[in-house]
Amino acid sequence: MKFGVIVFPGSNCDHDAYHIISKHVGQPVDFIWHRDTDLGTYDAIIIPGGFSYGDYLRAGALARFSPVMASVKGFAARGGFVLGICNGFQILCESGLLPGALIRNRGLHFICRHVNVRVETTETPFTHELKAGEVLSLPVAHAEGNYVCDDETYAELVGEDRVIFRYCDERGGLTEEANVNGSRAFIAGICSRERNVLGLMPHPERACEDLLGSSDGSGLFRSLAATLAAR
Amino acid sequence: MDSQAITSEVVAAHNLTREEYARIKELLGREPTFVELGVFSVMWSEHCSYKSSRVHLKRLPTTGERVVVPPGENAGIVDVGDGWCAAFKVESHNHPSFIEPFQGAATGVGGILRDIFTMGARPVAAMNSLRFGTLDHAQNGRRNRALLAGVVAGIAHYGNAFGVPTVGGEVVFDDAYSLNPLVNAFALGLVRHDQIFFGKAAGIGNPVLYVGAKTGRDGIHGATMASAEFDDEALEKRPTVQVGDPFLEKLLLEACLEAMRAGAVAGIQDMGAAGLTSSSCEMAARAATGVELDLSLVPQREEGMTAYEIMLSESQERMLIVAHRGRERQVIDIFRKWDLDAVVIGRVTDTGSVVVVHEGERVAEISSKYLTDEAPLYERPMKSKADGGRRTGEGAAVESGTTSDAGASAAPASVRAAVGDPTINAEPGASVGGGVDIVSPAPPTAPALKEAARDYNEALVRLVTAPSVASKEWVYQQYDHMVRTNTAVLPGADAAVVRIKETRRALAMCLDGNGRYCAVSPREGAALVVAEAARNVVCVGARPIAITNCLNFASPERPEVMWAFSEVIDGMAEACRALGTPVVSGNVSFYNETEGRGIHPTPVIGMLGLVEDVRRVVTQGFKREGHLIALVGETSEDLGASEYAATVEGRGLQEMIAAGACVPRLDLGRERKVQEATLRAAEEGLLESAHDCSDGGLAVALAECCFSSLGRGGVGAEVKLDGGELTPTVQLFSETPSRVVVSFDESQRTRFERIVAGAGAPFRVIGRVGGDRLRISVNGDELIAQPVAELEAAWRAALGRKLRAEDVAAAAE
Repeated sequence: MKFGVIVFPGSNCDHDAYHIISKHVGQPVDFIWHRDTDLGTYDAIIIPGGFSYGDYLRAGALARFSPVMASVKGFAARGGFVLGICNGFQILCESGLLPGALIRNRGLHFICRHVNVRVETTETPFTHELKAGEVLSLPVAHAEGNYVCDDETYAELVGEDRVIFRYCDERGGLTEEANVNGSRAFIAGICSRERNVLGLMPHPERACEDLLGSSDGSGLFRSLAATLAAR
Repeated sequence: MDSQAITSEVVAAHNLTREEYARIKELLGREPTFVELGVFSVMWSEHCSYKSSRVHLKRLPTTGERVVVPPGENAGIVDVGDGWCAAFKVESHNHPSFIEPFQGAATGVGGILRDIFTMGARPVAAMNSLRFGTLDHAQNGRRNRALLAGVVAGIAHYGNAFGVPTVGGEVVFDDAYSLNPLVNAFALGLVRHDQIFFGKAAGIGNPVLYVGAKTGRDGIHGATMASAEFDDEALEKRPTVQVGDPFLEKLLLEACLEAMRAGAVAGIQDMGAAGLTSSSCEMAARAATGVELDLSLVPQREEGMTAYEIMLSESQERMLIVAHRGRERQVIDIFRKWDLDAVVIGRVTDTGSVVVVHEGERVAEISSKYLTDEAPLYERPMKSKADGGRRTGEGAAVESGTTSDAGASAAPASVRAAVGDPTINAEPGASVGGGVDIVSPAPPTAPALKEAARDYNEALVRLVTAPSVASKEWVYQQYDHMVRTNTAVLPGADAAVVRIKETRRALAMCLDGNGRYCAVSPREGAALVVAEAARNVVCVGARPIAITNCLNFASPERPEVMWAFSEVIDGMAEACRALGTPVVSGNVSFYNETEGRGIHPTPVIGMLGLVEDVRRVVTQGFKREGHLIALVGETSEDLGASEYAATVEGRGLQEMIAAGACVPRLDLGRERKVQEATLRAAEEGLLESAHDCSDGGLAVALAECCFSSLGRGGVGAEVKLDGGELTPTVQLFSETPSRVVVSFDESQRTRFERIVAGAGAPFRVIGRVGGDRLRISVNGDELIAQPVAELEAAWRAALGRKLRAEDVAAAAE
């Protein structure tokens, strides 16, 4: 199995994603420059966090026009796995690969800290090794992570079991206080209808070692690797 | 404009003295051109030339077995093992941050990051030392809140987008900084030993390339601005503050590192203060070569810029690269890949001069050594506190300048304080130091201290909620402190720890200052700051190896300020020698005064420590019920200039001085023993926790050990102090240095005792972790009993509560 990490001008969690795949998942991984368009040899693509194009205009709004994004759409349409983390999630929404949008945090500040998220479903290639209802401690680091969508989209997301992670308290309770950025219905991560594209605001790649405060993110990469191994 | 006549007004407007101008004419053997005058004015400014400080800075120790690059380059570099080196430096951006807090702080971060990657090092950590006036001051509170919110937002804006974790620092509130906040930015990068680059224009005939952002009219004379005090027109200087673009800087970083890796770069320097002027002149001077530049080739953002403007612009995110001859195409292609300009604008010559051509006309020709080695050097007059027959209270001369008011000495203490210390508002009930009403000045005797602190619980609550002591999470949660996945000890600790992924080692780092101590006694204050910084990295299990410093002072033209500066250098030098931590980089910021009022002398120390095994890192929180708590070091009576005196007793600095306050006595021999004992115990894996005792003393340190942290709930402790002659207030809140609170499993007690005794450090087991309260008894009386959860909630919320929604909204965009 082979992973690719896309590098836009302004990506800054690209090295972190690369590190996790090469050192923790233990699989081959390449950086993919945003002007490259050949994704033929990859099984999974990671769109990493950062400030692509400086987040100018809107977070993710310019990156969607990079040449590589047309290829990512094709890759996803063919069933390839796409994981968008933080700015990657924003880019996936701007590209239309995922519905909804991420707006300024409720408190207006950039927020960097560990938060709790609840695993809402294990019926995805990214979460099948986790337990439904399990609470993970994952860092967030964003200013625009407040997920919004219209009622119709929300009904669809819920009806199709596509809300993957929700912000919660340490026991899994959905309290307003735990909703770190004010997202609609506590949404921290969603997947596409075909379930092969996942976007989330928290950073699982920052939570794969106890040394860094949490290894709760490793289950997501373990799940994805198992999915790919079984193909 | 380039041909403007040079009158005495023009010379004065360039902040050059008549003598300096005469010297310029003598060196050149003619009148300078207008461009040359501009070049001299920035290169000879205090900011660039260190003309008032150089004679003193020479007394700092700068050598050591780990030092790879001593001061003089863009950043200092030390060896951290396994072929890796750390490049680090701290620099001030005080003046711009006062004028325009968001952009001023942002470009401060941008500038220090460029200083690091110009050495070939990838930045892996940033920190900031921030000082503001108090947030609820009757007159200036609103502005102070806006400054805090704006500076923090600016740092977040730049560091987060650039992708460097902002892992630590300090935030201090004191009205000495009300109209002159301090914003000192630190950055650290990692570089392989054999891949270090220098700011040298080496190789005759090599092409000189301009890379990065285009040049505009922003920031012209920023260096000169930072070398003069402010008056009420300060805010009109806003156009001299540059605008930063972290996105561009991130591209510049990647392109520069790629060009360096490709082997195309012979020398490189960022265009910081004084832009193209300082980068070209300094690179030529370091290599003893010359540089010839054609300004018509410089990428420009605006039309019709003159040579003067191009040379003096401080537009951000630009670098000057000397490429190896024949490799310029490769450099240009790499920068084009990152959508950046890279243009050959000149070449290295053997003339020793910087020659500037603009539109075919030679507009400047100056020997580069005139701008560097021949820059003025002043031994400015100094006058100590003791000189001039002045008595108590006149320590004010050090930090607040205008003490010529002879009548003040005759006035009662309270009036004198109000006159000399602007931190104390004349109206009754005005708050200082954490919103506590002013307590009428007490006679300077120990019993008075005791009386003021009858309720020890209340004193502890006041201390942990004082903004300078309270949790800074409102600040550091706005910074991405985890990007790059190396942050092993998160912000809020004694020191941050960033691992070196490729090795087992990690780097510990902290920033520390103490303006109040240095105002009372600059020499001892500076030594105390160095000792505390070293102790802080020891507390996470690191050996202190080197420092960087940022020396923030008022006008060097005032003898008492210069005296304090000299004292600070001597105190710092002594402590650095004793602790084996040479100074490898730094920055001097003078003229920190507004409307004739200066700041406290404020040296800020950036300490670097090396952790041999990242798995042995120690954190401050108590880990498990039943663990024993010990105090390494010994408490004595050091309350005079303490946080307790400021916060609980509500004393302003003048009052403290009038009451005969001294700074704590530092015994560097003991300090070393305490650090050695703590470090050995940490390296042996004995310690469950370690925490420095500093602001607020032992009681505050114990409370902080009880508070929860990531993945660890809060826990109580039962502590019994038996101090013989010392009063309970001293036992609880004294700020005696060389003390560390540690905890360990009872089974390790014998080993622990052997290690500490072996190092020759005093220690005493003082209690045990457990329960949900912090209980402290002194000589058998339980004086403190606080539910940890409540105390922690107050500590966490205190700072955020001071900030109003409008402050935050104003800074958000």
